[in-house]
Amino acid sequence: MFETVLVISLGLIAISSFLLIIRLIKGPSIPDRAISLDAIGINLIGITAIISVVLKTNAFLDVILLIGILAFIGTVAIAKFLEKGEIIENDRDK
Amino acid sequence: MIVISKLIIGFLILLGSILSLISSIGILRLPDVYTRNHAASKAATLGIISIMLGVFLYFSIHEEHINTRVILGIIFVLLTSPVAGHLINRAAYYTKTPLWKNTVVDDLKNKEEG
Repeated sequence: MFETVLVISLGLIAISSFLLIIRLIKGPSIPDRAISLDAIGINLIGITAIISVVLKTNAFLDVILLIGILAFIGTVAIAKFLEKGEIIENDRDK
Repeated sequence: MIVISKLIIGFLILLGSILSLISSIGILRLPDVYTRNHAASKAATLGIISIMLGVFLYFSIHEEHINTRVILGIIFVLLTSPVAGHLINRAAYYTKTPLWKNTVVDDLKNKEEG
């Protein structure tokens, strides 16, 4: 029963990631694609968490925190590039 | 005890995955960038927090292993996901991504002109 619930949850998150990939392909603007990539990263955290319960191991729990940090840094870099044109500004050039 | 905890953990994980599915349906069907971001940065965050809470309860009850990194992950996602949504929305507004055609009021535009 519990394993069935876990497999159903994995299937639901897989469908969710598939819908996000559709939005990633046909999104009309760049922020749409950034939003859907961020949400795919968030979904990957959930997939990793459920997989570690299915396999009954605690070796993958570090990966959760790592994916969260990387998704946040990537989204901030995309947002700053869209808004200012460069990611790391050099003040002495001005 | 074990059966009740499995019931609660299964409910939390199923609730989180259903919230993720609802969030992605919202991202697919809503009309413009700002409403899509509204769906993405709230429902997906709550869903993932619910899943990670279920996983933390599973490992602390059934495996007797209290993993503080999952708690740290919950706090980190709770803090950073709305901030990332705000930054993307702000970049979208200042690069003049069009609003939905039925938008009634745009206070930020009036503030810049006046």
